[in-house]
Amino acid sequence: MKMNKMEEIWMIIAVGLIIIAMGITGYQAFAMGMGPPSHQEHIDPQAIESHPEFSEPGVYELGDNQYEVIMTLQAFEFQPGEITVPEGAEVTFRMATKDVVHGVNVPHTNLNTMVVPGFIQEITQTFHEAGEYIMVCNEYCGVGHHMMSATITVEE
Amino acid sequence: MKKPLKIVTSNTLALTNFATAFALLLVGGFLGLVQGLNRAGVLEIVGGINYYEVLTLHGILLILAFTTLFMNGYLWSAVDYVLGGLTKGIRMLGWVAYGLFMFGSILVVIMVLAGEATVLYTFYAPMAASPWFYIGLVFVVLNIWLSGIGVFISAFRWKRRNKGAHLPLFAFFAVGVYVLITFSTMFVAAEVFYIIPWAFGWIDTINVMLTRTLFWAFGHTLVNVWYLVAVSAWYMVLPKVIGGKLFSDSLARAVVILIVVLNVPGGFHHQIVDPGFSEGLKFMHLFMSLAIAVPSLLTAFALFATLERTGRRRGGKGLLGWFWKLPWYDVRFLAIMLAMISFIFGGAGGIAQTNNQLNQVVHNTLWVVGHFHVTVGVAVVLTFFGLVYWLIPHLSGRVLTKKIHNLGIWQTMFWTVGMLFMTLSMSYVGLLGSPRRTEYTTYGGSETALAWDPYLLFVGAGGTLLMVGIVLIVYIVFHLMFLAPKGYTEFMVVEEQEEDAHKTPKWTENWGLWVIVAILIISMGYVVPLVDLIGNAPPGSPPIRTF
Repeated sequence: MKMNKMEEIWMIIAVGLIIIAMGITGYQAFAMGMGPPSHQEHIDPQAIESHPEFSEPGVYELGDNQYEVIMTLQAFEFQPGEITVPEGAEVTFRMATKDVVHGVNVPHTNLNTMVVPGFIQEITQTFHEAGEYIMVCNEYCGVGHHMMSATITVEE
Repeated sequence: MKKPLKIVTSNTLALTNFATAFALLLVGGFLGLVQGLNRAGVLEIVGGINYYEVLTLHGILLILAFTTLFMNGYLWSAVDYVLGGLTKGIRMLGWVAYGLFMFGSILVVIMVLAGEATVLYTFYAPMAASPWFYIGLVFVVLNIWLSGIGVFISAFRWKRRNKGAHLPLFAFFAVGVYVLITFSTMFVAAEVFYIIPWAFGWIDTINVMLTRTLFWAFGHTLVNVWYLVAVSAWYMVLPKVIGGKLFSDSLARAVVILIVVLNVPGGFHHQIVDPGFSEGLKFMHLFMSLAIAVPSLLTAFALFATLERTGRRRGGKGLLGWFWKLPWYDVRFLAIMLAMISFIFGGAGGIAQTNNQLNQVVHNTLWVVGHFHVTVGVAVVLTFFGLVYWLIPHLSGRVLTKKIHNLGIWQTMFWTVGMLFMTLSMSYVGLLGSPRRTEYTTYGGSETALAWDPYLLFVGAGGTLLMVGIVLIVYIVFHLMFLAPKGYTEFMVVEEQEEDAHKTPKWTENWGLWVIVAILIISMGYVVPLVDLIGNAPPGSPPIRTF
């Protein structure tokens, strides 16, 4: 199809910008390890209480300022509901839901993910600044959805 | 002898669709106001209905019902007009489709009001509504399919009568719209037919991620269909309103084809932070999502070229003089122009947020709600509003009075300013982490949540202005249907293209080919994840009710 000359120039610039955006996103995801949370591990949502790992939700120290949080979600609470880690801690959250779909967001961080029945989701966040953070459910999960939150305290 | 005036023959059907659409807009808009005021912290919702029931109805009435009925009323009128009338059989089909829609949507609304289906417009399993909610949705989908069949048959017959001629461009747009919405609704139909036996308890568990993936193949395509409906007005109506010409017929057809074939896999970007899919798959889908931007970028050029050339013919001088020569005081232009300008921002925000890492920042925050209120709430809906000033009087055999025209200018202003307040504050507070789909809350007085409050006040303020806008447009539509003086209003469709436009190539007409290309592209996006989800299915979930 023949196009107007000016339009060809416009399209080259516009498509070029899109390709640059893709390049940056791809570079960040694959070379810098900043890709979105994409863990692929199954779990039976009806058997979480008896699951070897998720039957005991809590904060576990793995190494030098490295922590793992085993977390279960259900309407309308996170377990554990209060998490305390030191400043600079690298925390890996392993999460599973016992009932419906939930979302997890910690405002002012990049921790933002879905937790879908049938899957374990994993996301890692380093808390560089001390303070009180809230973790909120950001996917509608029922009548008490707006009450579903947890606190993360990062101590100096 | 005077030539008889050309009119839309199926005008009663179209007017019935419009009347229902705007009645639902009034209700859905009011429910939006209730939410806005609640989020602003000034209204506690009481009296047997809760925030999430309000939200479920707001979503269904506006993104599904209002838009579907408007599309049917508008595009059926266009097809009727440009193809020289619809046959009696096709008109009957339109009435049957309308009846199915009413039956289905009444069932859906009753279930929601009864508290049996507080599952929002996305109805994510394993949260389970009453099976009758999903059965209602099936009837809404049937409306869409029958409406599509009516357009396809009419176009096919016209082609047979006019061998070798190009299908008129407006009808070409309509065919594209209904092909795309048929593709998208096939996915939701598959999902709903899988959910119904589960909701009745005939099967024990459901593959949650499979339903979610099927939903988004539908959900995002749906809003792109509404966008394509609006785009048809930008190409076909806007040049006529300003006394200009179509920039290029072949380019417009290429845009329709691209939007139709590229669209469906774009929905996967709603699952960027989901578990169960690899980063590689998500990156491929970034490509597929961004591809949808290409036809819109073509459109941006073509439309501004039309505006500039027309402005210059009207005597605009210099680099930007043409801009002020456009008919800003004509509401039919003003509304559509503001809608198009809003899409520059809405589209740019969309390109940004589909990039995987940026998506992770804004996913499920109010940012996203801001985004789709710009794209659907302004770019699409304000375009729809801009059409009623001539389309409704054309159908009702009346004329637009000066007074109602000026009220339309006010309506457009209320809508634009209301949306500016609402979407800017939503976008910003979303970046601060305020979640979407959440009743007003401070999470027990958390400092982070309290810091959202000042911005949320603007959401409520914007919602209030929008409600005024809705009351005005509903009054305007009512006036144009029943009260305006009798007379003839012209159907606005551009008939000429620019002299320097190239001849439209034959291959654009080959819809069979475009359907096959679309299926190939959909397969590229969805065969891998769907085969994996079915072949390597995660343990299922029983129906759960948390509302």
